[in-house]
Order: sequence, then C-alpha cells, then structure tokens
Amino acid sequence: MESQEEVEDIQPETLNRIYYLGKLESNVIHTPRDAKEILQEGKAEVIANEEGDRNIPSILAYVEGEEYHGTQAKNQLVRNSKNTVAYFRDYLGKDFSAIDPTPCQASAHPQKHDSTVAFSIQDTESESPNTVTVSEIATRHIRRLAASASDYLGRRVNAAVITVPTNFSDEQKEALSKAAKDAGIEVLQMVSEPTAAILAYDARPEAELKDKIIVVADLGGTRSDVAVIASRGGIYSILSTKHDYETAGAQLDQVLIDHFSKEFIKKHKTDPRQNPRSLAKLKLEAEATKKALSLGGNAVLSVESLADGVDFASTINRTRYELLAGKVFSSFVNLIKETIQSADLDILDVDEVILSGGTSHTPRISSSLQSLFPPETRILSPSTLPTAVDPASLSARGAAIQASLISEYDSEDIEQSTHPAVTVTPHLANAIGIMTVSEDVKRGVFTQLVTKDTAVPCRRAIVMNAPKGGGDVIVKLCEAEREIEVTKPEPKPKTNGAAKKDDDDDDDSDLDDDDSDDEPEEIRKKIWKVGKPLAEIAVREVKKGGKVEVTVNIAADMGVQITAREVGGKGGVRGALEKPKPAENGTAS
Amino acid sequence: MAAAQASLPLPVLPSEWQADGNFKATASLSTPVQRNIEAVGPHFLAHARRLRHRRTFSEDEKIQAQQKLQKADQSDGEISEPEDPMMLSRDAKDWKGQDHYAVLGLSKHRWRATESQIKRAHRKKVLRHHPDKKAAAGSSEDDSFFKCIQKATEVLLDPVKRRQFDSVDEAADVEPPTKKQAQQSNFYKLWNKVFDSESRFSKHQPVPRLGDEKSTKEDVNDFYDFWYNFDSWRSFEYQDEDVPDDNENRDQKRHIERKNNNARKKKKTEDTARLRGLLNDVQAGDVRIKEFRKAEQANKNKKRIDREAAEKKAVEDKKKQAEEQERLKKEAEEAAKAEKAEGKKAKEAAKNAVKKNKRVLKSSVKDANYLLPPGEVASAKRVDDVLNDVEVVMAKMEPEEMALLASRLGGLKTADAVDMVWNEEIKRLMDAGKVKPEDLRVVK
Repeated sequence: MESQEEVEDIQPETLNRIYYLGKLESNVIHTPRDAKEILQEGKAEVIANEEGDRNIPSILAYVEGEEYHGTQAKNQLVRNSKNTVAYFRDYLGKDFSAIDPTPCQASAHPQKHDSTVAFSIQDTESESPNTVTVSEIATRHIRRLAASASDYLGRRVNAAVITVPTNFSDEQKEALSKAAKDAGIEVLQMVSEPTAAILAYDARPEAELKDKIIVVADLGGTRSDVAVIASRGGIYSILSTKHDYETAGAQLDQVLIDHFSKEFIKKHKTDPRQNPRSLAKLKLEAEATKKALSLGGNAVLSVESLADGVDFASTINRTRYELLAGKVFSSFVNLIKETIQSADLDILDVDEVILSGGTSHTPRISSSLQSLFPPETRILSPSTLPTAVDPASLSARGAAIQASLISEYDSEDIEQSTHPAVTVTPHLANAIGIMTVSEDVKRGVFTQLVTKDTAVPCRRAIVMNAPKGGGDVIVKLCEAEREIEVTKPEPKPKTNGAAKKDDDDDDDSDLDDDDSDDEPEEIRKKIWKVGKPLAEIAVREVKKGGKVEVTVNIAADMGVQITAREVGGKGGVRGALEKPKPAENGTAS
Repeated sequence: MAAAQASLPLPVLPSEWQADGNFKATASLSTPVQRNIEAVGPHFLAHARRLRHRRTFSEDEKIQAQQKLQKADQSDGEISEPEDPMMLSRDAKDWKGQDHYAVLGLSKHRWRATESQIKRAHRKKVLRHHPDKKAAAGSSEDDSFFKCIQKATEVLLDPVKRRQFDSVDEAADVEPPTKKQAQQSNFYKLWNKVFDSESRFSKHQPVPRLGDEKSTKEDVNDFYDFWYNFDSWRSFEYQDEDVPDDNENRDQKRHIERKNNNARKKKKTEDTARLRGLLNDVQAGDVRIKEFRKAEQANKNKKRIDREAAEKKAVEDKKKQAEEQERLKKEAEEAAKAEKAEGKKAKEAAKNAVKKNKRVLKSSVKDANYLLPPGEVASAKRVDDVLNDVEVVMAKMEPEEMALLASRLGGLKTADAVDMVWNEEIKRLMDAGKVKPEDLRVVK
C-alpha cells in the first residue's frame, strides 16, 4: 500500500489508516442508501457527497457517455430509464436463473451473461448499447463513493469495511470483495448489517454494557430484514433472521401511488399507472410525499404533466395514509413477531428494538411496535427516541466504528480472528443464577447471574446482600429456564347499575357490557423455572449488613470456577465444577 | 462487565450443612448450544485476542493495561527533546525571536504538529519548568523560561497566530539544492523535499508532488500548472517592525500600519518571486520535460513523415490506377475487334450450315419419295406441296433445331422413318405454336 505510506509521509499527525466505510444498500425507492463515514477524533461522521446527500441511492445512469450517480441518477429514472441501473446489489455473485428481476421494471433490465447477470446500457457516446456486468456496475458505484470520500478527506481512501445483509452467501461476498478490489478498495471486513446497527448504538458513550436480546429491523426500500440478536457482554450472537422482499418501503409507495391514481382517474379519466413515464414520475413524488408524511401531518403531492399533459396536485393527511397502508404496517409487525418466534423467544424476552433503514422514519411503525412490546422494551427509532441515530446511516456508522477498531490490525490478523475456529463458540443452554431469600427451590427467588445464550468463555460477578443480622450464608448456584406464565385476570363482578343509574348513564353501562363480553386480556409474565442445582457454597461469619460478591468464570470447555467472598473481607471460598461429560449430559435433568 | 447488584438477600446457611472447604459441587452445566458469534465490536476483539493467545480474563486485562501504559510512554517520547541551555536562559520579552516549536520540544514536527501534540508537549514542559517546582528545588525563582513556554503555547494553539508564525518559520524551510547537487541522480529526491516543505503554504491540499523519472506527462504538467498558479496563505505580519500602540495618536498608528502593510506586501512579492525562481530552476533541470518534448517532436515528425508518405503513395496509386484503366480499355477494344471478325466468320458458317441443312431436309423428302409409299410416283403437285410444307416448316425453325433435324434425318432412307421424324417435328412445332395446321398442305 504505497499510496497510504505516502499519505502518512505528508501528514504524520494522522497515523491511523483512512477508511472509506460504506453500506452497499439495496436501492430503489425509499431507502436506497449508501452512507460513508469516517472517524474523526473517535466520532463517526457521515460524509456528504458532492451534492450534499448523506444517503446516496445506489443508482448509476448514463447520458451520452456521462455517468450520473446517486440522486442525479435517480432523477434519470423518469426520462432515461433504459440507461439507468437502479438495482444491482442482490444480483452480485448470483446466477441469472436465481435472481428476481421485478424490482428492475422501471430501470435497465438484467440480462443473462455467462450465467451471471449483466445490463445492456449505452454507457458511452456511441449509439450501440454495451453489456456491462453487475460486478462492473458495483465497481463503478464503489469507485464513485470512494472518490467522494477521498475528495472530502483530501487523501486517497484505500480500504473499507462494508456491511452486507445476513443472507449474503459466500459467493456474493466474494463477488463484492472483487468488485471493491477492482475499484481500488481493500475490503477489511464484511460485517452483517444488524450487528453493525447494534454496534452503532453500543459505541455511544452513554451506552451501558448489559446482557440483552435485541431485535434489529432493517426496513428498506425493496426488502426488509429482521434479526434477533443476543448481546452478551458486548458479544453478539444472531439467534434468528428473516428476510422479506414483499414488505418494504416500495409497498408503502405503492399505497400512495394507488391512492393518487384513483383520485386522478376520478378527475381526468386516465390512469397514470398505464404509462411508464407517468408511473415513474408518480413514484418519485409518492416517495417524497411519504417522507413528508413521516415528519408532518399533511403532505402535498404535485406532479407537472402527470398524464396527457395534465398537471396534478393533491394533499393527503397522515391519518388517511395510515389507514390506507394499514395492511403493510401490520405485515411489518408480523414479520418482526415471526422472527422472534423462530428464535424460540417470547415478546417479553426482547429488551431492545432497533429500527434501521429509511422506512423506519415512519412513525406508525414505531407506535405499533410500542404497543406490541411491553413498556420496558426500548424502541430505538427517530419517532420514539429523540436521541436515536439516523436509521438510514446506522449500519454505516457501525461499519465505521468497526473499522476504527481493526485499523491497527493486518488483514491476516483480521482473517484469523474472523475464522470459524474463533467465532463458533458454545453458548449456554440455560440461565445460571443464585437462589435468594431461601435456598429452597420452591420458596426462594431465583436471581439471574449469567443469561441464556451467553457465549463462553465468560465471566460474571454479582454483589449480594447478606441477611440483616449477618452470620453464615449459603450461595446456591442453579440453572433455570425462563417460562411465560399466562394468567387471566379475575372477571370483575358485574354491577347491574342500570336500575340505580340515570338514563344518561345507560350508554356507559352498555359500553361496560361490551367490554366484558370481550375476552379478558391475558396477563403474561416471565417466571423462572429452577432446574438442576450446580453448587452450594457457604460463606461464614458475614458481618452485620455485609455483602457477598460471587464471581462465576465459565471456561471454553464449560468448566466453571466459582468464587464467593465477603466484600472487604479476606480470602473467600473457591470451587470448581468439572466440565460436563458427554454421556452424562443426556441424562442430566 | 462490572459486578451486578442484587437487591434480595442471600439465604441463611442451614445449621446441618457441612462440606469440605465450604464448597459442594452437585452437577455440571447442561450441554451448550454451538453458535456463531459476530466478529464485530471491541468485546469480540478481546475475545479473539484471549482465544488466540490462550489467555484468561485476568491475564488479558493485565497485559492490556501494561500495553496501554507503554503506549502512553511512547507517545510522550515523541515530544521529548534535549533542551538547549541557551534556550532555557531566554528572555520571555523577546518572544518574537524564539522558536516556539523548539521551546515545546516539537522541533522535529513543526508545522506538522497536531493540536493534541502541542497540548501534551505543553503539559509536559510545564510539569518540568513550573516556577513552583523550581522554587521547591531551591534554585532561583527565575520563571522566564516558563513564560516562554506559555507564550509558545499561546501562539501555537491559536490557528491565526500559528499560521503567522509558520509563515516565517525558517527552520522548517528546506534549502534548494545547488545545480551541482541536483545534477546527480538525486535530483528528484532533493527537489521533492523542497516542494514538500513549500507545500505547507498551499491553500489547496493535497499538493501534487514532483514525482520521479517514471511520472506520466499529465502528472508532470499538473505539478507545474499547480505550482505556477500557487495559492499561498503565507503572510508576514509576524515580522512587523513596529506594532501600533493604543497610546499613540491615530495618525501615528496609521503611519505605522501603512509602513507595516507596505513591508508585508514587499515581502510577499519577494516570496512569490522566490518561489517562481525555484520553479524555474527545477524546470530548467527537469529532464522529463525535455524528454516529453522530444517524444512529442518525434511524434510530430513521425506524423509528418507518415503524412508525406501517404500523399506520395496516393499520387502513385492514382497514376497506377490510370495506367491500369488505360490498359484495360485497350484490351477491351482489341477483344471487341477480334470478336467482330470472329462473329462475321461464324455468321457465314452458320449460314452455310443452314443452307446445307436445308438441302438435307429437302433431299430427305425427295429420298423418301415425297412421303409416299415406295413404288408410287409422286405427281408434280405432290412434289410441289411437300416441298412447300418443308419450306414452311424450315422458315419457322431455328438454325439449331434445323441442324438437329438434319442430323436425325441424315441416316434415314426409308420413307416411313423419314415420315415419322417429320411428323414428330411438325407436331412439336405445332405444339409450340410456331406452325399452324392451315399453313401445311400435305403433312398434317
């Protein structure tokens, strides 16, 4: 990397390598976004490109040999759709037979080329179209992004951390890495998008390290990806993922397009959806209207010469929009619900929901999630949390942070650290905790110390209160499983108040009756079902009002080291549990 | 992770509980689930580090803490330089004459020093040279160098003042090589250093570099374009001789200001001229430019020679073509003449053949007794009629057909055979519509 050394030669104060960090996002309508970040003095900042966009649509357009990129290219979808490539990320490294070409309807169509995908576009001044492979398109896209970043920094960008969806295959990753290499960018690491989003939140100084279950919903323009991730002491394990190409921002746009088309038909008797150019215009405007509706209660849609040379302008309010798009919203929620179920978890287990992707700006999605989850669950989205990170650039920020962490390592080091021998680790099947109040399993209360799905090796410590009087105490370590207790509240005794109350109150009592006719809402609660006891430790002669610190250290082979000692006291009790023998495990309860 | 806090109290030890060392193990953990962890985040990196170096949590923490300490030491090492005793005894009042970077121990870094480096250097120097410390050590209460440090920090941490100082920081300048030095192979090395140092004054960064003998023509052109249009922020306020005092009257102040401005302008012009001179020097010694010009000349010459050759060739081609055409024309004429003569002969021959054939045809009828059975004597009318028919048929026939018929009739003697051949021929002609039945008198 000669150029890099040169850079350091000139400006030795920047000893860190320079990174271009990008998110190669699916593009098309609502969240066609690429954001680039650099780290400046430990803070990630999203760079704007020459046009001032921080979210850059992954679109390339060609007009008489000139290349347009980003928002400028997006505008070409109306006039020059045949030479505009608007959807290519998901085609990278795939067979032509395996791709879904529907999103390309309004742009350059994919074609078969040596079993991979290519586009036939006029990218030079000559009249005849050239065949450009999807890999070449990706290279050009990355080159443009890197050029914008280099312009901003004044130094050449030569390495990147790129985020990819969780269902990106190895071939796709390889193809992306090759495309980046052709553009002069070394891919340091590929990070999955949901983890990058979590990292962006966890790297904030106010974040505290806690064991939690996080749902990351990446709601994009043409696809939605949901992942359930266990965050255990800053180590992330993906529990389940779901991908949906039918529930995304484009469907919300379609709702608006249909609505306005109907209105237009009512007035002018022509359907603007029939004409591809009118449809493209309407699509662009509908997207803008949708964004406006995410911020305000009312939005205007106006298109000049929509169809047959007729101008069209109309307004829509948010309530109407939410009513029309109710189906799409509920499918977003269902997708999240399904993903949680497929991880064998309950809604109550989720501690945090991170909304990422441009569609997450929609307030209705956040509010319906708020009503789905219990109030303790934090929903991190712009409309529920004022300090939320911009969802469109979340994973780019995560990538930036990851890049700053691995900047000092060689690529060989990175490769070794991301090798399956390092990343595949045993995870605890059950939670481990300590009995409080009483050592008896029936009467005591289980206090969790190590959560389920924690990757080993791990170390956890807890400080427990001794009984008021002090004296000898017992620390009993147990395994436990979380169960959901469902109770129905006692139906309230019906008050036959009709006789006593006035006629005016009749309506109210009717309402009450209606309510009681409904099924009573279930009360769901997490409870612990204590499993096998692991160990007992006696800590003797604890002082009055003293505290006992218990440390559990689980090794990679599942052997356990336990230490219990009085806080401020000397010595303490140590003990070890042997690693489980394979034969015994089957029979152990 | 920090230790968690539990609110509920631990249970009391039952009185009958007994175990060796107060510890009783009852069971091992349940079988774990194998899962992939995401290779992301600081905690993962710690995990990978522990795994690869086979360290435990506490070992790793210790090693990390040590490394951090070492790093901190190293970064301090950057800014520790031996202090010149002359500098230590400087008077703070003469702050304009002092080298601020040297005072802070940053003379290696100079204009490259970052803000954080300056801050750290300041802190370090203050710790060493604070008057309180000196007083405690028992030496004099001379705090002049401490004041120098404060002044240096003040100048270097203020971006405007720092630029003013950097503008006149001669210690950061690199002397241009003499012609003799530059003539040797290290032309690019020496001049690159000069321009790298000059590039600190550029308003536009990054600055194109001089490069080496392998640089492309575009790069070289870029370099000279950039430097001949150099946009410099260098200014010379720092060297003002008089600084207007608030106590003086405004005329005096204006006078001083004017004087300063003129001096600055003069210096700036000199600086621009100096840079121009440097550039002229480097351009004069730059062999690449000569090579490019040579290549261009060669290219141009080549083009000219090519063009001339092409023109010559075109003329020759044209000439050749004309000659060729002439030749072809002549040949064609001769061929036509010969053909004409040939045609005449052929025509004559054909005529003769036709005459001969006609004779054969006529004689065939005669030989066949005018198509009458043998023995019968043909009347004069019969002879006339038959000959008439033959004439009619012959008139309608092409010479080739006639020749064919003649050849077929040639060998025949019997009247029947001749009759049959004739009938066939007439029938054929009738079918072709050439002969009409009413024309014929005998043969039908």
